[in-house]
Amino acid sequence: MPELSPEEWTAVALSLRVAVVATAVSLPFGIAIAWILARKSFPGKALLNAVIYLPLVLPPVVTGYLLLIAFGRRGLFGAWLAEHLGVVFAFRWTGAALACGVMAFPLMVGAIRLSIEAVDLKFEDAAATLGANKGWVFLTITLPLALPGIIAGAVLAFARALGEFGATITFVSNIPGETQTISAAIYTLTQVPGGDAQALRLVVIAVIISLVALIVSEWFGRRAGRRMHGI
Amino acid sequence: MLIVDIEKRLGDFSLGVRFEGESGVTALAGPSGSGKTSIVNMVAGLIKPDHGQLLIDEEVVYDGAKNIDLPVHRRRVGYVFQDGRLFPHLSVARNLEYGRWMGGLKHDAAQFKRVTELLDIAMLLDRRPGALSGGERQRVALGRALLMKPRLLLLDEPLASLDATRKREILPYFIRLRDETKLPMIYVSHDAAEVKALANRVVMLDAGRVVKTGGVDLL
Repeated sequence: MPELSPEEWTAVALSLRVAVVATAVSLPFGIAIAWILARKSFPGKALLNAVIYLPLVLPPVVTGYLLLIAFGRRGLFGAWLAEHLGVVFAFRWTGAALACGVMAFPLMVGAIRLSIEAVDLKFEDAAATLGANKGWVFLTITLPLALPGIIAGAVLAFARALGEFGATITFVSNIPGETQTISAAIYTLTQVPGGDAQALRLVVIAVIISLVALIVSEWFGRRAGRRMHGI
Repeated sequence: MLIVDIEKRLGDFSLGVRFEGESGVTALAGPSGSGKTSIVNMVAGLIKPDHGQLLIDEEVVYDGAKNIDLPVHRRRVGYVFQDGRLFPHLSVARNLEYGRWMGGLKHDAAQFKRVTELLDIAMLLDRRPGALSGGERQRVALGRALLMKPRLLLLDEPLASLDATRKREILPYFIRLRDETKLPMIYVSHDAAEVKALANRVVMLDAGRVVKTGGVDLL
Protein backbone atom coordinates (compact mmCIF):
# COMPACT_ATOMS: atom_id res chain seq x y z
CA MET A 1 0.00 0.00 0.00
CA PRO A 2 1.42 3.42 -0.94
CA GLU A 3 2.34 5.93 1.76
CA LEU A 4 -0.41 8.04 3.24
CA SER A 5 -0.31 11.72 2.40
CA PRO A 6 0.04 14.22 5.29
CA GLU A 7 -3.61 15.20 4.86
CA GLU A 8 -4.66 11.58 5.21
CA TRP A 9 -2.52 11.12 8.30
CA THR A 10 -4.12 14.23 9.75
CA ALA A 11 -7.58 12.79 9.20
CA VAL A 12 -6.61 9.45 10.75
CA ALA A 13 -4.98 11.07 13.79
CA LEU A 14 -7.91 13.43 14.23
CA SER A 15 -10.40 10.57 14.03
CA LEU A 16 -8.53 8.63 16.70
CA ARG A 17 -8.31 11.67 18.94
CA VAL A 18 -11.99 12.48 18.51
CA ALA A 19 -13.06 8.89 19.16
CA VAL A 20 -10.80 8.44 22.19
CA VAL A 21 -11.90 11.71 23.79
CA ALA A 22 -15.57 11.07 23.01
CA THR A 23 -15.36 7.61 24.60
CA ALA A 24 -13.30 8.62 27.63
CA VAL A 25 -15.41 11.65 28.50
CA SER A 26 -18.75 9.91 28.03
CA LEU A 27 -17.76 6.73 29.90
CA PRO A 28 -18.40 8.02 33.47
CA PHE A 29 -21.76 9.41 32.38
CA GLY A 30 -22.54 6.18 30.55
CA ILE A 31 -21.80 4.11 33.65
CA ALA A 32 -23.88 6.42 35.87
CA ILE A 33 -26.89 6.41 33.53
CA ALA A 34 -26.63 2.65 32.95
CA TRP A 35 -26.58 2.05 36.71
CA ILE A 36 -29.62 4.27 37.22
CA LEU A 37 -31.53 2.50 34.44
CA ALA A 38 -30.50 -0.94 35.71
CA ARG A 39 -31.05 -0.47 39.42
CA LYS A 40 -33.53 2.34 40.06
CA SER A 41 -37.19 2.83 39.36
CA PHE A 42 -38.61 6.32 39.37
CA PRO A 43 -41.24 8.33 37.53
CA GLY A 44 -39.87 9.43 34.16
CA LYS A 45 -37.56 6.44 33.76
CA ALA A 46 -39.19 5.50 30.46
CA LEU A 47 -38.66 9.05 29.24
CA LEU A 48 -35.00 9.10 30.29
CA ASN A 49 -34.50 5.78 28.54
CA ALA A 50 -36.13 7.11 25.37
CA VAL A 51 -34.03 10.29 25.38
CA ILE A 52 -30.81 8.27 25.77
CA TYR A 53 -31.74 6.04 22.83
CA LEU A 54 -32.96 8.90 20.65
CA PRO A 55 -29.67 9.41 18.75
CA LEU A 56 -29.84 5.78 17.66
CA VAL A 57 -33.12 6.29 15.81
CA LEU A 58 -33.04 9.95 14.82
CA PRO A 59 -31.47 10.79 11.48
CA PRO A 60 -27.87 11.77 12.39
CA VAL A 61 -28.37 15.05 10.57
CA VAL A 62 -31.18 15.89 12.99
CA THR A 63 -28.97 15.12 15.99
CA GLY A 64 -26.24 17.29 14.48
CA TYR A 65 -28.67 20.11 13.91
CA LEU A 66 -29.97 19.88 17.48
CA LEU A 67 -26.37 20.04 18.70
CA LEU A 68 -25.86 23.13 16.56
CA ILE A 69 -28.87 24.77 18.17
CA ALA A 70 -27.75 23.81 21.67
CA PHE A 71 -23.96 24.08 21.47
CA GLY A 72 -23.32 26.39 18.54
CA ARG A 73 -21.62 29.70 19.24
CA ARG A 74 -24.96 31.38 19.80
CA GLY A 75 -26.62 28.20 21.01
CA LEU A 76 -28.52 27.77 24.26
CA PHE A 77 -25.57 26.29 26.11
CA GLY A 78 -22.84 27.09 23.61
CA ALA A 79 -22.91 30.84 24.26
CA TRP A 80 -22.81 30.34 28.03
CA LEU A 81 -20.02 27.77 27.87
CA ALA A 82 -17.92 29.98 25.61
CA GLU A 83 -18.38 33.00 27.82
CA HIS A 84 -17.96 31.42 31.25
CA LEU A 85 -15.73 28.42 30.72
CA GLY A 86 -14.08 29.31 27.43
CA VAL A 87 -15.24 26.01 25.95
CA VAL A 88 -16.13 26.29 22.28
CA PHE A 89 -17.59 23.40 20.30
CA ALA A 90 -18.60 25.09 17.07
CA PHE A 91 -16.32 24.12 14.15
CA ARG A 92 -13.73 22.62 16.51
CA TRP A 93 -12.55 19.06 16.96
CA THR A 94 -14.09 19.21 20.44
CA GLY A 95 -17.46 19.65 18.73
CA ALA A 96 -16.74 16.57 16.62
CA ALA A 97 -15.99 14.67 19.85
CA LEU A 98 -19.26 15.90 21.36
CA ALA A 99 -21.25 14.79 18.30
CA CYS A 100 -19.52 11.40 18.26
CA GLY A 101 -20.02 10.97 22.00
CA VAL A 102 -23.73 11.70 21.74
CA MET A 103 -24.17 9.34 18.79
CA ALA A 104 -22.26 6.54 20.51
CA PHE A 105 -23.90 7.02 23.91
CA PRO A 106 -26.90 4.68 23.41
CA LEU A 107 -24.63 1.76 22.44
CA MET A 108 -22.39 2.38 25.41
CA VAL A 109 -25.26 2.67 27.88
CA GLY A 110 -26.99 -0.40 26.44
CA ALA A 111 -23.99 -2.68 26.87
CA ILE A 112 -23.12 -1.40 30.34
CA ARG A 113 -26.72 -1.59 31.51
CA LEU A 114 -26.98 -5.24 30.52
CA SER A 115 -23.80 -6.08 32.39
CA ILE A 116 -24.93 -4.24 35.53
CA GLU A 117 -28.28 -6.01 35.41
CA ALA A 118 -26.35 -9.29 35.23
CA VAL A 119 -24.50 -8.58 38.49
CA ASP A 120 -26.27 -10.70 41.07
CA LEU A 121 -27.81 -8.56 43.81
CA LYS A 122 -26.84 -11.23 46.32
CA PHE A 123 -23.20 -10.12 46.11
CA GLU A 124 -24.25 -6.54 46.75
CA ASP A 125 -26.29 -7.66 49.77
CA ALA A 126 -23.33 -9.65 51.10
CA ALA A 127 -21.07 -6.61 50.73
CA ALA A 128 -23.58 -4.45 52.61
CA THR A 129 -23.69 -6.90 55.54
CA LEU A 130 -19.88 -6.63 55.63
CA GLY A 131 -20.13 -2.90 56.23
CA ALA A 132 -19.98 -1.43 52.72
CA ASN A 133 -22.23 1.56 52.15
CA LYS A 134 -23.93 2.01 48.77
CA GLY A 135 -21.01 3.88 47.23
CA TRP A 136 -18.47 1.24 48.24
CA VAL A 137 -20.75 -1.58 47.14
CA PHE A 138 -20.85 0.03 43.72
CA LEU A 139 -17.09 0.64 43.52
CA THR A 140 -15.87 -2.67 44.91
CA ILE A 141 -18.55 -5.12 43.77
CA THR A 142 -20.88 -3.86 41.04
CA LEU A 143 -18.28 -2.05 38.96
CA PRO A 144 -15.64 -4.80 38.84
CA LEU A 145 -18.25 -7.49 38.22
CA ALA A 146 -19.72 -5.45 35.36
CA LEU A 147 -16.27 -4.81 33.90
CA PRO A 148 -16.59 -7.03 30.81
CA GLY A 149 -19.72 -5.16 29.75
CA ILE A 150 -18.12 -1.81 30.49
CA ILE A 151 -15.16 -2.65 28.26
CA ALA A 152 -17.48 -3.93 25.54
CA GLY A 153 -19.58 -0.77 25.82
CA ALA A 154 -16.52 1.48 25.62
CA VAL A 155 -15.13 -0.31 22.56
CA LEU A 156 -18.50 -0.28 20.84
CA ALA A 157 -18.76 3.44 21.51
CA PHE A 158 -15.21 3.98 20.26
CA ALA A 159 -15.96 2.13 17.02
CA ARG A 160 -19.21 4.03 16.57
CA ALA A 161 -17.48 7.36 17.28
CA LEU A 162 -14.78 6.53 14.76
CA GLY A 163 -17.35 6.04 12.03
CA GLU A 164 -19.69 8.89 12.90
CA PHE A 165 -20.43 11.11 9.95
CA GLY A 166 -23.86 12.73 9.70
CA ALA A 167 -24.10 14.47 13.06
CA THR A 168 -20.47 15.56 12.98
CA ILE A 169 -20.56 17.12 9.52
CA THR A 170 -23.84 18.88 10.32
CA PHE A 171 -22.61 20.25 13.65
CA VAL A 172 -18.97 21.16 12.98
CA SER A 173 -18.69 20.90 9.21
CA ASN A 174 -15.76 19.31 7.35
CA ILE A 175 -12.63 21.35 7.99
CA PRO A 176 -9.34 19.60 7.18
CA GLY A 177 -7.12 19.42 10.26
CA GLU A 178 -9.89 20.52 12.61
CA THR A 179 -13.07 18.53 12.06
CA GLN A 180 -12.32 16.36 9.03
CA THR A 181 -12.37 12.82 10.35
CA ILE A 182 -11.72 9.70 8.26
CA SER A 183 -15.38 9.45 7.29
CA ALA A 184 -15.57 13.10 6.25
CA ALA A 185 -12.29 12.79 4.34
CA ILE A 186 -13.56 9.73 2.46
CA TYR A 187 -16.73 11.59 1.62
CA THR A 188 -14.74 14.58 0.33
CA LEU A 189 -12.45 12.36 -1.73
CA THR A 190 -15.36 10.61 -3.41
CA GLN A 191 -16.65 14.02 -4.50
CA VAL A 192 -13.51 14.97 -6.41
CA PRO A 193 -12.31 13.36 -9.65
CA GLY A 194 -9.42 10.95 -9.12
CA GLY A 195 -9.93 10.71 -5.38
CA ASP A 196 -10.93 7.04 -5.48
CA ALA A 197 -7.50 5.58 -4.72
CA GLN A 198 -7.03 7.84 -1.72
CA ALA A 199 -10.55 7.12 -0.49
CA LEU A 200 -9.84 3.41 -0.73
CA ARG A 201 -6.71 3.74 1.40
CA LEU A 202 -8.69 5.49 4.12
CA VAL A 203 -11.40 2.85 3.86
CA VAL A 204 -8.81 0.12 4.47
CA ILE A 205 -7.48 2.01 7.49
CA ALA A 206 -10.98 2.45 8.92
CA VAL A 207 -11.62 -1.28 8.57
CA ILE A 208 -8.30 -2.15 10.23
CA ILE A 209 -8.85 0.19 13.20
CA SER A 210 -12.36 -1.15 13.75
CA LEU A 211 -11.24 -4.78 13.52
CA VAL A 212 -8.39 -4.23 15.97
CA ALA A 213 -10.77 -2.48 18.38
CA LEU A 214 -13.21 -5.39 18.29
CA ILE A 215 -10.50 -8.03 18.74
CA VAL A 216 -8.98 -6.14 21.66
CA SER A 217 -12.40 -5.80 23.24
CA GLU A 218 -13.13 -9.50 22.81
CA TRP A 219 -9.80 -10.37 24.43
CA PHE A 220 -10.40 -8.09 27.40
CA GLY A 221 -13.95 -9.35 27.72
CA ARG A 222 -12.85 -12.98 27.88
CA ARG A 223 -10.12 -12.21 30.41
CA ALA A 224 -12.48 -10.23 32.58
CA GLY A 225 -15.16 -12.91 32.22
CA ARG A 226 -12.79 -15.59 33.51
CA ARG A 227 -11.91 -13.38 36.45
CA MET A 228 -15.55 -12.78 37.26
CA HIS A 229 -16.23 -16.47 37.45
CA GLY A 230 -13.72 -16.64 40.23
CA ILE A 231 -11.06 -18.60 38.37
CA MET B 1 -28.67 -10.13 73.61
CA LEU B 2 -31.10 -10.04 70.75
CA ILE B 3 -34.76 -9.12 70.77
CA VAL B 4 -36.84 -9.84 67.69
CA ASP B 5 -40.43 -8.66 67.67
CA ILE B 6 -41.53 -8.09 64.11
CA GLU B 7 -44.38 -8.34 61.67
CA LYS B 8 -44.10 -8.51 57.93
CA ARG B 9 -46.48 -9.23 55.10
CA LEU B 10 -44.84 -10.81 52.05
CA GLY B 11 -47.53 -11.37 49.43
CA ASP B 12 -49.94 -13.95 50.87
CA PHE B 13 -47.52 -14.88 53.60
CA SER B 14 -47.72 -13.12 56.92
CA LEU B 15 -44.91 -13.27 59.41
CA GLY B 16 -45.29 -12.30 63.05
CA VAL B 17 -42.66 -13.48 65.49
CA ARG B 18 -41.31 -12.59 68.87
CA PHE B 19 -38.32 -14.23 70.48
CA GLU B 20 -35.16 -13.38 72.35
CA GLY B 21 -31.69 -14.73 71.81
CA GLU B 22 -28.94 -14.86 74.37
CA SER B 23 -25.29 -15.66 73.94
CA GLY B 24 -24.61 -19.02 72.36
CA VAL B 25 -26.49 -20.49 69.44
CA THR B 26 -30.18 -19.89 68.90
CA ALA B 27 -31.52 -22.19 66.22
CA LEU B 28 -34.46 -21.20 64.04
CA ALA B 29 -36.03 -24.49 63.05
CA GLY B 30 -39.11 -25.36 61.08
CA PRO B 31 -40.24 -26.55 57.67
CA SER B 32 -39.19 -24.64 54.57
CA GLY B 33 -41.48 -21.70 53.96
CA SER B 34 -41.95 -21.09 57.68
CA GLY B 35 -40.17 -17.73 57.43
CA LYS B 36 -36.73 -18.56 58.84
CA THR B 37 -34.69 -16.83 56.14
CA SER B 38 -37.01 -13.80 56.10
CA ILE B 39 -36.47 -13.31 59.82
CA VAL B 40 -32.70 -13.50 59.41
CA ASN B 41 -32.84 -11.03 56.51
CA MET B 42 -34.81 -8.60 58.65
CA VAL B 43 -32.29 -8.89 61.47
CA ALA B 44 -29.52 -8.16 58.96
CA GLY B 45 -31.48 -5.23 57.54
CA LEU B 46 -31.84 -6.66 54.03
CA ILE B 47 -35.64 -6.67 54.35
CA LYS B 48 -37.56 -4.01 56.24
CA PRO B 49 -40.29 -5.23 58.60
CA ASP B 50 -43.74 -3.60 58.51
CA HIS B 51 -43.95 -3.12 62.27
CA GLY B 52 -42.14 -3.98 65.43
CA GLN B 53 -38.76 -3.74 67.04
CA LEU B 54 -35.31 -5.23 66.66
CA LEU B 55 -32.63 -4.90 69.30
CA ILE B 56 -29.10 -6.15 68.84
CA ASP B 57 -26.73 -5.92 71.76
CA GLU B 58 -29.05 -3.39 73.52
CA GLU B 59 -29.10 -1.14 70.44
CA VAL B 60 -32.40 -0.53 68.68
CA VAL B 61 -31.64 -1.22 65.01
CA TYR B 62 -35.29 -1.12 63.95
CA ASP B 63 -38.32 0.44 65.53
CA GLY B 64 -41.37 0.83 63.30
CA ALA B 65 -43.15 3.23 65.68
CA LYS B 66 -40.13 5.49 66.12
CA ASN B 67 -39.12 5.27 62.48
CA ILE B 68 -35.69 3.86 63.29
CA ASP B 69 -34.12 1.67 60.63
CA LEU B 70 -30.35 1.33 60.82
CA PRO B 71 -28.98 0.57 57.33
CA VAL B 72 -27.46 -2.86 56.70
CA HIS B 73 -23.87 -1.67 56.52
CA ARG B 74 -24.04 -0.11 59.99
CA ARG B 75 -25.62 -3.05 61.83
CA ARG B 76 -22.37 -4.99 62.31
CA VAL B 77 -24.13 -8.28 61.87
CA GLY B 78 -22.12 -11.07 60.26
CA TYR B 79 -24.06 -13.13 57.73
CA VAL B 80 -23.09 -16.50 56.31
CA PHE B 81 -25.34 -17.26 53.38
CA GLN B 82 -26.37 -20.71 52.22
CA ASP B 83 -24.51 -20.17 48.94
CA GLY B 84 -21.45 -18.53 50.51
CA ARG B 85 -21.52 -15.52 48.24
CA LEU B 86 -17.78 -15.08 48.13
CA PHE B 87 -16.92 -12.24 45.81
CA PRO B 88 -15.77 -14.02 42.63
CA HIS B 89 -13.37 -11.29 41.52
CA LEU B 90 -11.42 -11.21 44.77
CA SER B 91 -8.94 -13.70 46.18
CA VAL B 92 -9.77 -15.58 49.36
CA ALA B 93 -7.48 -13.25 51.33
CA ARG B 94 -9.25 -10.16 50.00
CA ASN B 95 -12.64 -11.72 50.64
CA LEU B 96 -11.58 -12.28 54.24
CA GLU B 97 -10.28 -8.73 54.58
CA TYR B 98 -13.31 -7.11 52.95
CA GLY B 99 -15.25 -6.44 56.15
CA ARG B 100 -12.22 -5.02 57.93
CA TRP B 101 -11.50 -2.82 54.94
CA MET B 102 -15.07 -1.51 54.71
CA GLY B 103 -15.41 -1.08 58.45
CA GLY B 104 -12.19 0.92 58.59
CA LEU B 105 -10.85 -1.47 61.24
CA LYS B 106 -7.14 -1.77 61.90
CA HIS B 107 -5.35 -4.86 60.67
CA ASP B 108 -5.48 -7.37 63.47
CA ALA B 109 -2.86 -9.97 62.62
CA ALA B 110 -3.58 -12.00 65.73
CA GLN B 111 -7.27 -12.27 64.96
CA PHE B 112 -6.59 -13.04 61.33
CA LYS B 113 -4.28 -15.85 62.35
CA ARG B 114 -6.73 -17.17 64.93
CA VAL B 115 -9.65 -17.24 62.52
CA THR B 116 -7.75 -18.74 59.59
CA GLU B 117 -6.35 -21.42 61.91
CA LEU B 118 -9.69 -22.11 63.56
CA LEU B 119 -11.21 -22.71 60.12
CA ASP B 120 -8.13 -24.29 58.46
CA ILE B 121 -8.19 -21.83 55.57
CA ALA B 122 -4.69 -20.38 55.86
CA MET B 123 -3.51 -22.41 52.86
CA LEU B 124 -6.32 -21.07 50.66
CA LEU B 125 -5.51 -17.37 50.89
CA ASP B 126 -4.15 -16.93 47.36
CA ARG B 127 -6.88 -18.93 45.67
CA ARG B 128 -9.90 -17.56 43.93
CA PRO B 129 -13.40 -18.56 45.06
CA GLY B 130 -14.01 -20.49 41.82
CA ALA B 131 -11.19 -22.86 42.75
CA LEU B 132 -12.63 -23.82 46.16
CA SER B 133 -14.68 -26.87 47.10
CA GLY B 134 -18.11 -26.32 48.65
CA GLY B 135 -16.81 -26.96 52.15
CA GLU B 136 -13.82 -24.66 51.73
CA ARG B 137 -16.09 -21.96 50.35
CA GLN B 138 -18.37 -22.07 53.39
CA ARG B 139 -15.42 -21.99 55.77
CA VAL B 140 -14.06 -18.91 54.02
CA ALA B 141 -17.53 -17.31 54.13
CA LEU B 142 -17.64 -17.98 57.86
CA GLY B 143 -14.16 -16.52 58.29
CA ARG B 144 -15.13 -13.46 56.30
CA ALA B 145 -18.13 -12.85 58.57
CA LEU B 146 -16.03 -13.34 61.72
CA LEU B 147 -13.25 -11.00 60.64
CA MET B 148 -15.62 -8.03 60.38
CA LYS B 149 -15.90 -8.35 64.19
CA PRO B 150 -19.67 -8.65 64.26
CA ARG B 151 -21.76 -8.42 67.40
CA LEU B 152 -24.11 -11.13 66.13
CA LEU B 153 -23.60 -13.89 63.58
CA LEU B 154 -26.39 -15.04 61.27
CA LEU B 155 -26.00 -18.47 59.70
CA ASP B 156 -28.62 -19.24 57.09
CA GLU B 157 -28.45 -22.97 56.38
CA PRO B 158 -24.70 -22.72 55.88
CA LEU B 159 -24.39 -26.49 55.37
CA ALA B 160 -27.47 -27.06 53.21
CA SER B 161 -25.58 -26.93 49.92
CA LEU B 162 -23.08 -29.58 51.08
CA ASP B 163 -23.29 -33.37 50.95
CA ALA B 164 -23.39 -35.44 54.15
CA THR B 165 -19.63 -36.06 54.25
CA ARG B 166 -18.83 -32.37 53.91
CA LYS B 167 -21.41 -31.52 56.55
CA ARG B 168 -19.76 -33.84 59.05
CA GLU B 169 -16.47 -32.23 58.11
CA ILE B 170 -17.62 -28.67 58.79
CA LEU B 171 -19.95 -29.01 61.75
CA PRO B 172 -17.00 -29.31 64.19
CA TYR B 173 -15.81 -25.85 63.10
CA PHE B 174 -19.15 -24.35 64.13
CA ILE B 175 -19.00 -26.18 67.45
CA ARG B 176 -15.49 -24.87 68.04
CA LEU B 177 -16.66 -21.40 67.17
CA ARG B 178 -19.54 -21.66 69.64
CA ASP B 179 -17.22 -22.86 72.41
CA GLU B 180 -14.29 -20.54 71.74
CA THR B 181 -16.08 -17.23 71.20
CA LYS B 182 -18.78 -15.37 73.07
CA LEU B 183 -20.40 -14.36 69.82
CA PRO B 184 -24.18 -14.84 69.80
CA MET B 185 -25.37 -16.75 66.75
CA ILE B 186 -28.63 -17.40 64.99
CA TYR B 187 -28.52 -20.68 63.15
CA VAL B 188 -31.17 -21.45 60.57
CA SER B 189 -31.62 -25.09 59.69
CA HIS B 190 -34.26 -27.71 59.08
CA ASP B 191 -31.81 -30.49 59.84
CA ALA B 192 -32.57 -31.80 63.35
CA ALA B 193 -29.19 -33.52 63.77
CA GLU B 194 -27.32 -30.30 62.97
CA VAL B 195 -29.43 -28.27 65.38
CA LYS B 196 -29.04 -30.85 68.16
CA ALA B 197 -25.28 -30.84 67.77
CA LEU B 198 -24.94 -27.09 67.80
CA ALA B 199 -27.79 -25.13 69.37
CA ASN B 200 -28.22 -23.96 72.94
CA ARG B 201 -31.88 -23.20 72.38
CA VAL B 202 -34.43 -23.67 69.65
CA VAL B 203 -37.16 -21.42 68.26
CA MET B 204 -39.64 -23.61 66.36
CA LEU B 205 -41.44 -21.85 63.54
CA ASP B 206 -44.38 -22.78 61.40
CA ALA B 207 -46.18 -20.68 58.81
CA GLY B 208 -44.63 -17.45 60.02
CA ARG B 209 -45.38 -17.98 63.73
CA VAL B 210 -43.32 -19.15 66.68
CA VAL B 211 -44.86 -22.42 67.83
CA LYS B 212 -42.42 -23.41 70.57
CA THR B 213 -39.22 -22.21 72.20
CA GLY B 214 -36.96 -24.25 74.41
CA GLY B 215 -33.92 -26.50 74.48
CA VAL B 216 -32.77 -28.93 71.82
CA ASP B 217 -35.00 -31.59 73.37
CA LEU B 218 -37.87 -29.88 71.51
CA LEU B 219 -36.74 -31.71 68.40
